[in-house]
Amino acid sequence: MQGIMESIQTLCSGDHGNEGFMQDDEDEEEENGVGRLTSWAELLGFGLAVFSEAIAPQLQCFCDRTLGFAVGQGGSREAWIKAVAMAMSLVRKAVKKGWVGALAPAARVMSQALSTASEPITLDIPVPFKAHKVETPSVTVETSAQELTNFFKTMFIMRRMEIAADSLYKSKFIRGFCHLYDGQEAVCVGMEAALNDKDCIITAYRDHCTHLGRGGSVLEVFAELMGRKDGCSLGKGGSMHMYNKKGGFYGGNGIVGAQTPLGAGLAFAQKYLKVEGVTLAMYGDGAANQGQLFEAMNISALWNLPVIYVCENNHYGMGTAEWRSAKSPEYYKRGDYIPGLKVDGMDCLAVKQAVKYAKEYALQNGPMVLEMDTYRYHGHSMSDPGSTYRTRDEISGVRQERDPIERIRKLLLSNNIATVAELKTMEKEAKKEVEDALSKAKESPSPDSDELFTHVYRKGYGAKAYGADRKEVVVKLP
Amino acid sequence: MVRRRFSFGLVSRLSSPIYGRSPCSGGIWTPCLGQKRSFMTAKDLVESEEPEKKVTNRINMFSAINQALHTVLDSDPKSYVFGEDVGFGGVFRCTTALRDKFGRHRVFNTPLCEQAIVGFGIGLASMGNRAIAEIQFADYIFPALDQIVNEAAKYRYRSGNLFNCGGLTVRAPYGAVGHGGHYHSQSPEAFFCHVPGIKVVIPRSPSQAKGLLLASIRDPNPVVFFEPKWLYRLAVEEVPVDDYTLPLSSAEVMRKGSDITLVGWGAQLAIMEEACDEVSKLGISCELIDLRTLIPWDKELVEDSVNKTGRLLVSHEAPVTGGFGAEIAASITNSCFLRLQAPVSRVCGLDTPFPLVFEPFYMPTKNKCLLSNQNNVILDIDCTRPILFGKRAPHAVL
Repeated sequence: MQGIMESIQTLCSGDHGNEGFMQDDEDEEEENGVGRLTSWAELLGFGLAVFSEAIAPQLQCFCDRTLGFAVGQGGSREAWIKAVAMAMSLVRKAVKKGWVGALAPAARVMSQALSTASEPITLDIPVPFKAHKVETPSVTVETSAQELTNFFKTMFIMRRMEIAADSLYKSKFIRGFCHLYDGQEAVCVGMEAALNDKDCIITAYRDHCTHLGRGGSVLEVFAELMGRKDGCSLGKGGSMHMYNKKGGFYGGNGIVGAQTPLGAGLAFAQKYLKVEGVTLAMYGDGAANQGQLFEAMNISALWNLPVIYVCENNHYGMGTAEWRSAKSPEYYKRGDYIPGLKVDGMDCLAVKQAVKYAKEYALQNGPMVLEMDTYRYHGHSMSDPGSTYRTRDEISGVRQERDPIERIRKLLLSNNIATVAELKTMEKEAKKEVEDALSKAKESPSPDSDELFTHVYRKGYGAKAYGADRKEVVVKLP
Repeated sequence: MVRRRFSFGLVSRLSSPIYGRSPCSGGIWTPCLGQKRSFMTAKDLVESEEPEKKVTNRINMFSAINQALHTVLDSDPKSYVFGEDVGFGGVFRCTTALRDKFGRHRVFNTPLCEQAIVGFGIGLASMGNRAIAEIQFADYIFPALDQIVNEAAKYRYRSGNLFNCGGLTVRAPYGAVGHGGHYHSQSPEAFFCHVPGIKVVIPRSPSQAKGLLLASIRDPNPVVFFEPKWLYRLAVEEVPVDDYTLPLSSAEVMRKGSDITLVGWGAQLAIMEEACDEVSKLGISCELIDLRTLIPWDKELVEDSVNKTGRLLVSHEAPVTGGFGAEIAASITNSCFLRLQAPVSRVCGLDTPFPLVFEPFYMPTKNKCLLSNQNNVILDIDCTRPILFGKRAPHAVL
């Protein structure tokens, strides 16, 4: 009885989103170890949930479009005739869909109630690791349905976000430079699965998705790209300079290779303060030839700093292929005395496994190099078509065979974690989320002109600077 | 957003290269006679009597630079062009077709390592070759700053003239471009102007670029050649097709005037020219000088001009504190103090990092030049007491 009352209460409180209700089931499930509805109360509650979640919205929509339309038009005879015609067309559509379309949400709800979302699944990583001066981690990785679904959702949001940024750039909402990450999403998503908030990440300029992974929002990213106030760096940084203090994301750096010594410094602080976290200093195959990287590697090895150097090898440094710029394109070996692993960067699970392994290693022994074998579909930046130094066949070949999102999709389908329809729904939700963030970001205002002078120094610089008309704008630098 | 627009008429007025008996026609450049050994060099403007009809092409700046590089590689078999992505033509197309014509051994890509690029160039130059290193953007030149300052500039001095790296020329695109942001818009010329031993050269237009680049490459001293990236495509001019050089350490008077001297370089000159046009409607005649070589700079020409007009305004994109305008202001104040009727005015970028969306506010725009120019109002450092010195004050005191 109590269970029924609780269920009804939850429903009436209006908070009968899918999560609220099903979460109870999951908790029960974990306690009982059984993933099925066991009591009448749960059954009734479940039925109510299906009704409210799946059927009621459809009914409401139907009523809105018919009765609401008629009333809205003034309740005249013509309006009512139109409303009836609309109702008939809706019914016809539903019949055509075979009622399946109408009940798809119900199916989703049911399957989610019945699926065991956090039960562990073990999978094998298809592409083996390559190691340098260290043992390879096991190719068997433990994951769960929820984790895989999250991978899918997050990567899809990232992909949509980058594509939206592409069209924003072309329509001149974003100016300056825009380096897109699509194709490489598996690296940052896989990394996040193995890290927590005590770890720090510092990367180069291809940082939109890394920012998302560290806790940023799509709105912040879009606003920052367009140089608006709601951006993560107040609109003053732009595409290449996104930061997140809470998430331990230290940017977002424009000068190639300059972030690696900074990563060593972050790791030193973590070690000194006994934070039990690691720093991931990310760089690309172009930056792997910078002297400062080797300086950073030397000092981090000398002092046993918990830093993991992650080389995102997308095989092209702007327009230069790796074999043309590096004597040894085996970047995982370039640390020499620092052990390294080569990882298939298009496989979230491989990345997760490698980062987990590297984190354990770094906390004990010192630095490690991870080379992520990945690929970017876009050119280096928006002003690079991306096809002058590589063939379109190559790009589409990688897209067909190694795309990270498709890989997770196949895993989800083959392990019966989600159906095609559910994945489509997830994709639609992701698209909507990105579109909402985009429209909100477009409404965000530009930063105030005073912001030109703020944050140059901490405070009290004291000098004055002026705008075009000295009568109008005279600012004391704060 | 403020955009610079270049009308063809404006650009053609910007040009007036000094033709004449250029001592260089494919051989090694020899310093012009009368050059003193001090840091200040004598001006040696060679006025041509009557420039004979030269064959010219209407091209933009990157094509002019490309022509200059073709000429150098043609004339000297021991010259090399290298840098990031120069093989396919470079990100600004300045090195197009060089590799096809001269081969991969003379025109080659380097990996992403500015310090090594310049260091390698110094070594190559010290063996008597002409090394033309390209740094992709001037913002990235800072890893190479150590090599330029500590190796290139001091090589001849510390070896007692046994060795030198005079054949080194470092080319870099510099300056604002409208949407460059922090790391594609900087003007770092002031850092290099502080180093005796190298030369810093900045052209303002395609014909100037070709002549000055040829002179820089053939100069027996290491030269840092900054190219205003805004002008790569926008500035179009009639450029002579043959091999010619323009003298280094020689400023050029772009237009004569009697009321105030304006000194600038690079893309900023176009802005200053627009400002000059505007104030000439108020009856103030401006003398506009293109410095061309920043060190060693043509002090005598600027002094002569200031002695004539009595007022000086310097303008550059780099931040005002510690910019090269400060050196000019200090020198001229020292030498022309009694003649000056007003303190030297500097209209420069603000003392902030080069901003992203705030670029129009940061830049020394035409209006800022106008204000500084028009009433000849020079603000004190605390900006509270404008001091009016001009002989014309048609508008209210600011």
